[in-house]
Amino acid sequence: MNAVAANPQDDPFRIALVGNPNCGKTALFNRLTGSRQKVANYAGVTVERKEGRFVTPGGRHVQVLDLPGAYSLVATSPDEEITRDLCLGKFASEESPELMVCVVDATNLRLHLRFVLELRRLWQPMVVALNMIDVARRRGIVVDRAALEAQLGMPVIETVAVRRDGAKALLTALDATARTPNSLLPVTTGRRWSDGPDEGQLFDAPDSDESLHGTVRDILRAAVRTPVDAQAIDDRIDRVVLHPALGLAILAVLLFLMFQAVFAWATPLMEGIETLIGALGSAVAGALPEGVLRSLLVDGIIAGLGSVLVFLPQILILFLFILALEESGYLPRAAFLLDRLMVGAGLSGRSFIPLLSSFACAIPGIMAARTIGDPRDRLVTILVAPLMTCSARLPVYALLIGAFIPQRTVWGVFNLQGVTLFGLYVAGIVSALGVAYAMKWLRRDRTREHALMMELPSYRVPHLRDLAIGLYERGMIFLKRVGGVILVLTVLLWALSSFPAPPEGVTGAPIHYSFAGQLGRALQHVFAPIGFNWEISIALVPGMAAREVAVGALATVYSLSATDADAALHLAPVIAAQWSMATAFSLLAWFVFAPQCLSTLATIKRETNSWGVTLGATAYLFALAYIASFFTYRVALALT
Amino acid sequence: MLLSELPRHVPASVESVVDARLRDPIGRRLRELGFVKGEPVRVVTSGPFGGDPLVIEIGTSRFALRRAEAARIRVHADAASASTKVQGKA
Repeated sequence: MNAVAANPQDDPFRIALVGNPNCGKTALFNRLTGSRQKVANYAGVTVERKEGRFVTPGGRHVQVLDLPGAYSLVATSPDEEITRDLCLGKFASEESPELMVCVVDATNLRLHLRFVLELRRLWQPMVVALNMIDVARRRGIVVDRAALEAQLGMPVIETVAVRRDGAKALLTALDATARTPNSLLPVTTGRRWSDGPDEGQLFDAPDSDESLHGTVRDILRAAVRTPVDAQAIDDRIDRVVLHPALGLAILAVLLFLMFQAVFAWATPLMEGIETLIGALGSAVAGALPEGVLRSLLVDGIIAGLGSVLVFLPQILILFLFILALEESGYLPRAAFLLDRLMVGAGLSGRSFIPLLSSFACAIPGIMAARTIGDPRDRLVTILVAPLMTCSARLPVYALLIGAFIPQRTVWGVFNLQGVTLFGLYVAGIVSALGVAYAMKWLRRDRTREHALMMELPSYRVPHLRDLAIGLYERGMIFLKRVGGVILVLTVLLWALSSFPAPPEGVTGAPIHYSFAGQLGRALQHVFAPIGFNWEISIALVPGMAAREVAVGALATVYSLSATDADAALHLAPVIAAQWSMATAFSLLAWFVFAPQCLSTLATIKRETNSWGVTLGATAYLFALAYIASFFTYRVALALT
Repeated sequence: MLLSELPRHVPASVESVVDARLRDPIGRRLRELGFVKGEPVRVVTSGPFGGDPLVIEIGTSRFALRRAEAARIRVHADAASASTKVQGKA
């Protein structure tokens, strides 16, 4: 059989954690593997694949896969399909595990044991990890482990994923497990599928749920004692958190805190990163002679690095909140409170937090759409997220509003500039809802109902270690997968804006003579109907890197010294004198819609794994931007 | 009575899940989640906008179900509101 491999690391014992959502599977995975985890996607789909390695006290090398949470082998989401295919050994690019560790929440065995029974029919080596046994004990739930083992016909091991030695019994069991195909097969007299049922068999299995739940009831009667008030804490918290008025008030306060945190904590960090990058740029610039190399390093690579890193504080803070809300069990409750509102627009309650995050930055918003189970809801959320007014639009809005909208009080109390800014935010929200509604209408499918059926898990205190690991993973995904693309594109845009160099002896901005300048002047013909002059057209090209770069680029085009801090200050009077009101409004409308930021598009590509969707999103956003600017320009021309 | 018509906090028991169509994946999933004959069920609360979705307690779990989903579940209110949550040996 398994002859001793030359190196045990090359032939690890392959196990998989499988279980219902909210069974504490990922916490157990974190406990087993620590930070030795690899996060990627399963081949061809955007379902997260988490693999880790560890060595048992007995020296056995184990490779563990954290399968997506599933309620049943009859899959209703891409996540569940992965779990089903892996358990059935039908996943082309993955070997099936040698041992399945079924993780169950000891406080919710009524629900979780059903899946164990379903998996038992596959007749593969498996053990049950009775997780969160500490919480169960505190709630007065008594589980007779030996009786449960006898009932299930497989080993049952108690685990407490959030405690340091909480996986000790599981590790000991792994050491004791002989690596032969027949060890740890469940002892069952029931129905079994030896060579993997197909989807139809699973769906139509006549003895399916009445009998599975009947068996669960028998097992519970024999092995578990649950006091009447086991859920009393959840009940008390839910009475407040789900209350129609109080619940919404709590949600509003939480969201307010989240935004305060993003802007109050992230801004100094972002400024710090910008200062550091600026200092690094100056240091390199000082050390090198003037020339292409210096420009590439300073304006290309270091600036590109800066535009990647500057997003990081906002992303990490937003994700800290989202992870904490999810771990605590609050996130699905927020989705419950807002579901009806979002359904009206063709979204679901789950879309709310990702869209809200997009007000800071669309990148974490799009990444947070992973918490949406339904593929259509997730896609629509990703597609409309760029319409939320992200913080990178603010410098552009501030410049244009400052230059063109007078400081006037309207309706007694409001500042006209503030009202304009508010209007731009509303325009973003309304168009996002409109687009979502249109997509729902276009992709309507009467045979498929998009269900909510969302579990509201027991409340838990988020565990710091799990938060830290989750945060680290999000940060790395951003830096590795998205950061690389942003860096390459920034360097590309640098090259476009720097070459060819202006001919000897000419005055005027060098960018005018570059490819970007030529492109911008060519684009001017496209943009003339919406009122953009050639200066704007040129500035939009480097502005693709990030929206706020357009401000600096405009300053460059107008031959101002483009030191970021006061570019806008000097620029405002220049454009106020040279542009028409209609042009300014048209540019504002453009920025509400245009997919200016390549980082967002790179994130959409990464999260949907589809060029079609990415190009589609780009095209629809450009089309909307053009149409909106066209009408804004024409209406403004007619009125002024 | 349908679960979507059950008043709040009235202890009831599931009778059956009625599929809305042949091989209804939602009906099937509801049964998988434990909506099978005899299970104790209760409406905990409903959403702040239009009373949708509902929060349903079934056994030891809670689910948010939209009214269209809850309308697939037939229930009857328990005559005596005896402690329906006790399960297991004495």
